Amino acid sequence: MTLNSAPVDAHGHDHGHDAHVAAHAHGTLKSYLIGFGLSVVLTAIPFWLVMGDVLGNKQVTGLVIMAFAAVQIVVHMIYFLHMTTSAEEGWTMMALIFTIVMVVIALSGSLWVMYHLTTNMMPAHDMIRR
Amino acid sequence: MSVAVATPQAAEPVFHVVDEHAHPEGASTMLGFWIYLMSDCLIFAILFATYGVLGGNYAAGPAPKDLFDLKLVALNTAMLLMSSITYGFAMLTMEKRHVGATQMWLAITGLFGLAFLSIELYEFHHMIHEGATPQRSAFLSSFFTLVGTHGLHVTFGIVWLVTLMTQVARSGLIEANRRRLMCLSMFWHFLDVVWIGVFTFVYLLGVLR
Repeated sequence: MTLNSAPVDAHGHDHGHDAHVAAHAHGTLKSYLIGFGLSVVLTAIPFWLVMGDVLGNKQVTGLVIMAFAAVQIVVHMIYFLHMTTSAEEGWTMMALIFTIVMVVIALSGSLWVMYHLTTNMMPAHDMIRR
Repeated sequence: MSVAVATPQAAEPVFHVVDEHAHPEGASTMLGFWIYLMSDCLIFAILFATYGVLGGNYAAGPAPKDLFDLKLVALNTAMLLMSSITYGFAMLTMEKRHVGATQMWLAITGLFGLAFLSIELYEFHHMIHEGATPQRSAFLSSFFTLVGTHGLHVTFGIVWLVTLMTQVARSGLIEANRRRLMCLSMFWHFLDVVWIGVFTFVYLLGVLR
């Protein structure tokens, strides 16, 4: 589905590089509902796991809910933000991949370095907690 | 696109793109807006990293377990998720050029957004009332900065939404307005993606800690 509904599109067909607003895909009612259904399930399960203490192990629960968050982010990207590898000739995907690389470096780097600083230089926060 | 190269017939070779094609207004808006969103994503990444580093430093103050009410957070998450699907419906009706239905779905989206903000402000008010102010500990400073920045984004999203509803009411679903609505759509869904990170890493993992 394109923004310029059918006849207006002639120009865009001749020039593949003219990826206009038209190239930006939209969802259909079905895809929005699938995305919504998946999101509800992927949100409800982590809340249920934590609130009901279902797994009984904090570390496992933590890892599981993080996995659910990752899957849900992908679901939102596909069904709500309509990410495809071909949108805008792949430039949106390039920008996204670049951002993900930056985010991973910033997040893992900060946590890694600061965790070591904490263990090496400061009293563990458990000692001063409450 | 074709580049004319020197041929026997042509007296003067031409070394530029001969058929200069038109770039219609707004042709690159969506890509540009996406790149803005990605830069916004970096802001949130840094705030998440800050929270990740400082989130355990309670300074003998309240911990997430004492402060967070997961039922409230679940309700909040539901509000934002509902607003995402109703914005999707607004986009679908926009495609069909139904001005009235589009306006209605936009209004419903705005109301869900307002509900989200109200619940969040209630939560903040409650926390501050209990003495869990941003000044209390590094954990609370980073918490209020991260969640507050997200809330501020939602606030501006609602302002933008009302602006666009006024625009649509005045000039209908013209191409410029459709483009604007598509930008806001990306912005709105992006905020929902950030919220997934917030409720998982801040609230759920905070209560687990």
